Amino acid sequence: MTIREIAKLLNATVCIGENRMDEEVEHAFASDLMSDVLTLKETPMLITGLCNVQTIRTCDMATLDIIVVVRNKKVTEDMLELAEDNDMVILSCAYSMFKVCGLLYEAGIKPLF
Amino acid sequence: MHQEYTVIEGDFVNAGKASSSVKKTLKQLNVDPTKIKRVVVALYEAEVNAIAHAYGGKVLVDIDSDKIKMVVADKGPGIPDIALAMQEGYSTARPEVRDMGFGAGMGLPNMQKNVDKLNVTSEVGVGTTVEMEVNF
Ligand SMILES: Nc1ncnc2c1ncn2[C@@H]1O[C@H](COP(=O)(O)OP(=O)(O)OP(=O)(O)O)[C@@H](O)[C@H]1O
Ligand SMILES: [Mg+2]
Repeated sequence: MTIREIAKLLNATVCIGENRMDEEVEHAFASDLMSDVLTLKETPMLITGLCNVQTIRTCDMATLDIIVVVRNKKVTEDMLELAEDNDMVILSCAYSMFKVCGLLYEAGIKPLF
Repeated sequence: MHQEYTVIEGDFVNAGKASSSVKKTLKQLNVDPTKIKRVVVALYEAEVNAIAHAYGGKVLVDIDSDKIKMVVADKGPGIPDIALAMQEGYSTARPEVRDMGFGAGMGLPNMQKNVDKLNVTSEVGVGTTVEMEVNF
């Protein structure tokens, strides 16, 4: 599924990363726990309700670069700056974590474990 | 190549500055990306610990052709029982730290998994030093 299709399915706003909309996504991981994200060997799309600079920094360290922020949390300027430096994609949507996971799972996005 | 960084207590906004700068350096040196990830994840965990659990400190990095050595030395309360702290799930993180997405007690075990050599020394009331090495 492409990032563009994901954005459409989730009725999400593209905060940054318009240039990468045609890239394919196969796997996703959902967590608010950055400690957990840091244990991943793989580099899935991240679905998270934690929306602060640490989210972006953690993704940078863990080399994840596609992030879906749920529940319309405000993506701040400093988050966008850091995301831009690292050529990341951030989608923001109003749905809950549960709904986002359900929709994406149903659409064929695979879990890691 | 020697690099030094300062980390400041409670300064979560800048947590990861050292790690991300090391990441850029290693990329320029064409180090294997899976090694880079191991290095920066471990260093970031140590950096966050110095910010979250101690009163800040210093990050010292030495890079040569076959390995990287990292030392994160903080001034802080120290770790009374290092073996306990190394156990997965053990955490004394404050609520502010948990709000930032940390405090699951996974950091030290994760450092262990990512580096080739890990040495934690600590003196209660003085501080903690985490030494790590990753071979390229
Ligand atoms: N630099 C330090 N100074 C003092 N105590 C520390 C330090 N580093 C770790 N500790 C102690 O060891 C515990 C475990 O650390 P660890 O990094 O494994 O987990 P955490 O930081 O609590 O959570 P996580 O790393 O998953 O976000 C901490 O909660 C704290 O009590
Ligand atoms: Mg930690």
